[in-house]
Amino acid sequence: MPMARRRFLELAGAALGATVLPLGGRSWALAAEAPVTRRLVVVMLRGAVDGLNVVAPYGDPLYAPLRPNIGLAAPGSAEGLLDLDGHFGLHPALAAVMPLWQSRRLAFVHACGSPDPSRSHFDAQDYMESATPGVRTTADGWMNRLVGVLPAPHAPTQAISLGATRPRILGGAQPTSNLSLGPNAGKPMPVDRPAVASAFAGLYGGSDALSRAYQDGQMARQELSADMQAEQAAADNGAVNAKGFPAIAARLANLLSRDDHIQLAFADLGGWDTHVNQGAAKGQLAAHLRPLGEGLAALAQGLGPQLDGTVVLVMSEFGRTARENGNKGTDHGHGNVMWVLGGQVAGGRIHGAWPGLAPDALYQGRDLAVTTDFRRVIAAALKHHLGLGDRQIATVLPPSPPFDGALPGLFLG
Amino acid sequence: MPMLRRKLLMTLVLVVTACGSGWAQAAEDGLDMHMLNRLAFGPSADSVAMLQQLGVEGWVNQQLHPETIAEPRRLTDRLAGLETQQLDPVTLLERYRPPKDGDPDARKAARKQMRMVTREAGQAHLLRALYSSRQLQEVMVDFWFNHFNIFAAKGLDALWIGDYEDKAIRPHVMGRFRDLLEATARHPAMLFYLDNWQNTAPGSPGAKGKETGLNENYARELMELHTLGVDGGYTQDDVIALARVLTGWGIVRPRQARAIGSQDGFAFDENRHDYGDKIFLGHTIHGQGAAEIEQALDILAASPATAHHISFELAQYFVADQPPPALVERLTRRWMDSKGDIRAVLKDLFASPEFRSPATVAAKFKTPFQYVVSATRAADVDVVNFRPLFGAMKRLGQPLYGCLTPDGYKNTRDAWLNPDALALRISFATALGSGHMPLDRPPPQTDDEEADQPVPPPPPEPMRQRPVPLDADRLAALLGAALSDKTRDAVNTAPPQLKAAVVLGSPDFMAH
Repeated sequence: MPMARRRFLELAGAALGATVLPLGGRSWALAAEAPVTRRLVVVMLRGAVDGLNVVAPYGDPLYAPLRPNIGLAAPGSAEGLLDLDGHFGLHPALAAVMPLWQSRRLAFVHACGSPDPSRSHFDAQDYMESATPGVRTTADGWMNRLVGVLPAPHAPTQAISLGATRPRILGGAQPTSNLSLGPNAGKPMPVDRPAVASAFAGLYGGSDALSRAYQDGQMARQELSADMQAEQAAADNGAVNAKGFPAIAARLANLLSRDDHIQLAFADLGGWDTHVNQGAAKGQLAAHLRPLGEGLAALAQGLGPQLDGTVVLVMSEFGRTARENGNKGTDHGHGNVMWVLGGQVAGGRIHGAWPGLAPDALYQGRDLAVTTDFRRVIAAALKHHLGLGDRQIATVLPPSPPFDGALPGLFLG
Repeated sequence: MPMLRRKLLMTLVLVVTACGSGWAQAAEDGLDMHMLNRLAFGPSADSVAMLQQLGVEGWVNQQLHPETIAEPRRLTDRLAGLETQQLDPVTLLERYRPPKDGDPDARKAARKQMRMVTREAGQAHLLRALYSSRQLQEVMVDFWFNHFNIFAAKGLDALWIGDYEDKAIRPHVMGRFRDLLEATARHPAMLFYLDNWQNTAPGSPGAKGKETGLNENYARELMELHTLGVDGGYTQDDVIALARVLTGWGIVRPRQARAIGSQDGFAFDENRHDYGDKIFLGHTIHGQGAAEIEQALDILAASPATAHHISFELAQYFVADQPPPALVERLTRRWMDSKGDIRAVLKDLFASPEFRSPATVAAKFKTPFQYVVSATRAADVDVVNFRPLFGAMKRLGQPLYGCLTPDGYKNTRDAWLNPDALALRISFATALGSGHMPLDRPPPQTDDEEADQPVPPPPPEPMRQRPVPLDADRLAALLGAALSDKTRDAVNTAPPQLKAAVVLGSPDFMAH
């Protein structure tokens, strides 16, 4: 029997005794729950996006003097912010997501971030992906632990990441898939030809790590190739380039709409480390924000009614200095803004406790402080959207170090 | 257990049960392949012959002294043909820098030219990895380039990446770390990538325009990534102190270059320098100008944290994803004793029982670069069309010179083994092995120079010949002890056009 088939049965066998019911051939749901596939999409902005200019506190008189060159003008001015709530404004390059804010499908949690003080990109991203800030010894990523607490069987496509490598956040014991949604996605490759697959089947038929990766890949390709036959979007190949994100997001929406197996998705975008010449309404930051906004809007649109069942979290490892530096840019900071889109989010609101920009309110006198641990936002999504219990949440987000639990009020009901 | 490892274990058993020179030979076979897999980018006919001629220890010793090894004409001729790679940074700047104003079409054409320069640098890099007889030198270039990573698509770095590799990295890969550190710190490619060219003392006479203040980027990464490591014991105050030390350390303006008579692209601008005294890592650095940076680099290079950080990286690159702590400690001590003599540390590393242990053999998963290069070396083809190779590396997630962040690419299995990666590698092996990858024919003329074609379409009708697969028997003989019986069986039962593909796509060939 084909290797992929054997592996599938292996996984299906593990499901005996679980409370999961297959509905039709391809969708799985918790027994006695509405058959809407509950999904979580995580978008990580690597490089520390300048949250203070994504959701800018124009109403604070200290904002403009801190940023004489890169500060954004108040709403109503030319190239000004898009007003959110009379005190905060959205970067004008993010106009594409304003309808989501206005229809209350989008919320922000400001002054959000890590309890760990590190300003090293690599450490801070590590801590955000392992969800154990300050702890280096965590072997797996929180999204992999999340796969483990979701209903079995854990088919490789239950959690997918967009890109050529498996990110830390999805690393761990549970199988996950990765795919590229660039222009070559869906095109058949030699490994799809029966003669080729059969030539290699014996060599990769074991249960060692390489064999499992091969078999998972065959399974994923068979399942997803049907989903991906359609359009050939001119998208960028790697997950790194923000400019390719809109097309990739549209294709992701398509994929999620068609395939109920996929419950967790992850994408990362880079290019946010604006030490020099950050720009204001236009420039480096704006050029990266625009495709991010368009991509999120495309994702929401493509999901249609399924947006009810999908929560998208956008996060970054830390924010940037409140004051601009000598090169019209910003340096590594602390607090940032987290985005929450979809599901039953209490949208159209800025959540969290805003500490202000006064000198004694800034962290170490230079950065936006953190008043909400980022794990509280994830915990809220796990609790209210994915319906996880406290013990499951503690498995995914161990109290290491402890934090105050799910952020109340972020989701309705 | 991989065949090579089993062979080594078996030969060790033989030692216990029988004496004689038979053991030495069998062990050598396994050790030969292990050396070619780690100190070179896998076996090629030439390297196997050289190793057999010199014996393992002789070959290792020769590889540790690349200046004693002649380079083959097939390499030096090809390198000489890459015109832009013969030019210095100032000339490259003058010739290829996009005009600041002017029509968008002219700027677009200029950027296209810049990408051409990067492409030539990439071709030079690949040619050396494939054909250099100084294989260990090229392996060390891979290691050190990643350690001192630069992203070629950032602005002017597109022009300078080749010079950076060839002048700042390659000459120093087995010399004194202090010299390597200095060379990277002075190169315009690094100063541009990590923004130090704009690092200016606020209020200094030269502060104007965009260059009006302190920029911490290079100072931080110089400590966190290049020397001490993230746990190296520095504070935010040290980052600021080092940034102040580095003010004015930057890139020359072309007119200035002619005046000072130097074409390497570096210039120290005393008008933008902070001449105050600094406390850096507990040392007082008196304001004196460029000499301060020399002092700072001395302190960083001499630190035990640096010795440990880089010894760990070397042990991880050459021995195991989780390097044995005892080995890392010994290498650290050798580093300190030798004052950062890379060759001395490598000598100890390659002679160590940890490196030569059967547990180490074939235990590292190849990075995409290592996989693509070793497969192409084994195929023994004269590469003229680089696109399938660049395309494959990009699809596998490791585009050449394409790591955005200064920490460089990882080399662990966790970083690279995933379902999609194996499917892509096996597809690459199939295309290459079954004769569907015309690396030795000039690429079709297309305007889309970025075309990523790991599996190129067949050529138009009049030129089409039946694809000729690689010679599977030759491949199997070349790879020798590295191929398991299981793989040899699979090759035997595979159809003729897929036999070579099975060799290159086997689990044996995925590791080294």
